[in-house]
Amino acid sequence: METAPQPKNENLSQAIPERDAEPPSELAPAPAEVADTYETVGDFTAPNPSIRTRSVDVFYGDNHAIQRVDLDIGQNEVIALIGPSGCGKSTYLRCLNRMNDTIESARVTGEIRLQGEDIYSRRMDVVMLRARVGMVFQKPNPFPKSVYDNVAYGPRIHGIARNRTELDQIVQRSLERAGLWSEVRDRLDEPGTGLSGGQQQRLCIARTIAVNPEVILMDEPCSALDPIATARIEDLIDEIRQNYTIVIVTHSMQQAARVSQRVAYFHLGKLIEVGSTDAIFTNPRHRLTEDYITGRFG
Amino acid sequence: MEVEDLGQHISRRFNAEIVSLHSSVLTMGGLVQEQLDRAIEALRERDSELGLQVAQDDFKVNRMEVGIDEDCSRILATHSPAAGDLRLIVAIIKTITDLERIGDEAEKIGRLAARLAGLERPSTNYRELRNLARHVKQMVNDTLDAFARLDATGALEVVRADEVVDEEYESTYRQGITFMMEDPRTISRVIDSMWIARSLERIGDHCKNICEYVIYMVHGKDIRYTSVENVEAEVRQAIQQSEAVS
Repeated sequence: METAPQPKNENLSQAIPERDAEPPSELAPAPAEVADTYETVGDFTAPNPSIRTRSVDVFYGDNHAIQRVDLDIGQNEVIALIGPSGCGKSTYLRCLNRMNDTIESARVTGEIRLQGEDIYSRRMDVVMLRARVGMVFQKPNPFPKSVYDNVAYGPRIHGIARNRTELDQIVQRSLERAGLWSEVRDRLDEPGTGLSGGQQQRLCIARTIAVNPEVILMDEPCSALDPIATARIEDLIDEIRQNYTIVIVTHSMQQAARVSQRVAYFHLGKLIEVGSTDAIFTNPRHRLTEDYITGRFG
Repeated sequence: MEVEDLGQHISRRFNAEIVSLHSSVLTMGGLVQEQLDRAIEALRERDSELGLQVAQDDFKVNRMEVGIDEDCSRILATHSPAAGDLRLIVAIIKTITDLERIGDEAEKIGRLAARLAGLERPSTNYRELRNLARHVKQMVNDTLDAFARLDATGALEVVRADEVVDEEYESTYRQGITFMMEDPRTISRVIDSMWIARSLERIGDHCKNICEYVIYMVHGKDIRYTSVENVEAEVRQAIQQSEAVS
């Protein structure tokens, strides 16, 4: 009788050091280096992009945080930026509405265009830019004001509403779009900080929507929320993408797989691979992408 | 994806589970192989007892299939595997179905061998069947090999070898018809032996299926329902792509 070929892989799992023997930080093999002359795998362009970035480099002092990133953000798409900590995905996100301006040592070079306009040009009004490219942060950060004033804040400073009735309409519509209206319609005068975590995050999304942005940037918007609040936000993302372009940074691979249409994988400041979400999660082309999404290094 | 990759996750528990899953498929493959070997032996040695024993032992194969299926569901639910890991699990779920069917064919061969043992033997002692069986056993062996090593090139060779088995089956079939026309007293025996030939041919088809899953697992290319030439081109292209990127 011929026996089946026996696998010689019993020892493979032992190739990973014992948890007790090594500090946790040394469990993962060090991420591999990528040559500086790298090329992004996959199609980083999008037809008629909302945001177009070319050869973007970011330095924090001497630290070269992002290297030569070319990427288009398509209209009405949700694109997820994924990668291990320190890979530059948040840094890249913050370039898109010049949040890096607030960091003194940060220097951004290259080309970033919003609907064809150079956002780093001298003529660009940064306050206007941030209304057009809104941002939702990791931790919900409502203003210490009433629910109503949180949402009305942006329209007021940008003079979007002509009178109280219009402002009321904007507040209601924004809260409706953020899926929060039915929960807070009777509590509009209560402080926004009194809402639950998930509600606060939706309030922040409503606040962002209120100024009618073209693009919404989300930096791990669900990492402080429980699974139900997370599912609500993800559902919301799916709904509002009809009207907005969304760029989301997330550490949750499942979330990226669920909410996005395209995925960009960053690794040590380089954009390694861009592709449709389906392709990235079933058959990524770059080894580093595969290793990251299958949990082979972190 | 290579075999070494199976155990390279940060989560040691996931490593252990996926490595043990991969090897339990091979254990199941070994069992199926043993069933087939014994069924053919029963035919050659006119051992009706052995033939019936093979038929009885099929439940072991079925039991393994159920167990591996459960493991796959659990891994999907608990680890949400992606990319190569996901393809591995999907390929395993499909592979064990084909392995189970190979087991069913071995069961049939066992029963038929038991019945044939009571009948008069042809002068050739079923040489053509044994010849076909040799090819098919080799295919099963190569299939499990390709699966064990995640070897797409080896899998491709098995896909190609299936054509040889199909041809051999055709010729056995024609030969059977000739026998029956020459001497009608052989009809019941020849029909039984043609059932065996049919089972062997089906085993070849199942091997081919498994090898298609292996190629999918390794390169992410679905090559089912494609001609062998196109499959070769696809696999070559996939290999080039992965070399260009890594």
